[in-house]
Amino acid sequence: MSDYLVPGASTEEGAEDSLQNSQFLVDLRQQMLRFASLQLQDTQLAEDAVQEALMGALKNSRSFNGRSALKTWVFAILKNKIADVLRQRQRFVDADQLVHGDREEHDHDELFDQTGHWQKDERPKKWADPESAIHDKHFWRIFEACLNYLPSRQAQLFMMREFIELESHEICAAAEVSVSNLNVTLHRARLRLRECLEDHWFGVEG
Amino acid sequence: MKSCREATRLMSESQERNLNLREQASLKLHLAMCTPCRNFGKQMQVLRRISKSYAEGGPEKSED
Repeated sequence: MSDYLVPGASTEEGAEDSLQNSQFLVDLRQQMLRFASLQLQDTQLAEDAVQEALMGALKNSRSFNGRSALKTWVFAILKNKIADVLRQRQRFVDADQLVHGDREEHDHDELFDQTGHWQKDERPKKWADPESAIHDKHFWRIFEACLNYLPSRQAQLFMMREFIELESHEICAAAEVSVSNLNVTLHRARLRLRECLEDHWFGVEG
Repeated sequence: MKSCREATRLMSESQERNLNLREQASLKLHLAMCTPCRNFGKQMQVLRRISKSYAEGGPEKSED
């Protein structure tokens, strides 16, 4: 019985109850949809993946103690579904990529000077307390906004790598890019994303 | 190493592959002299941690 004496556990609904709670389900489904749509760029495929993941959760809800465990598990299933779709997808070249191509070429110029050193006002600063950001709803809004701000190709490859945790060779096959192209794109995505997060969250005086 | 651009490139790539000894050495040397790049390196780890948390439904579990 002492197993249950974790902080907050007494007020938390069981996973089964949570799935009976329609507001909880609506919110959860909404966030899963956002997550899947961002990566698949296809509403129907995203809906299907979310639906399957939720059905799996309903079938197995007895095995979870509390909402938190349930959510982690549902998202793990969703990630697997998205990974399957991405791996199967033979090509996803979109017009966007061509349009953004030019703009991406100039990325580095804004950040580094001619000798390749940081421009004075672009130097990365020390981030205070990154851990607390993870528990803050406002932070996640900023994070999503920064993801949306990335050129679409950068965002797609970054998400395949960091959210779905595909290996380089899997991404190269699924997205039809060379390893060097993938490396360049991930480098740019990370430079931009860290800049955006610093400008709008970590570098903002509390 | 030469430049911050190059140092950040290596730090980014080290998230996908192991750097060879030569790359490791030149990166180490650069980082010893460059605070902004050291910050960048720490931020890459934070970015990965944040991304993992996001993909586990982090926003759903967070509070106002």
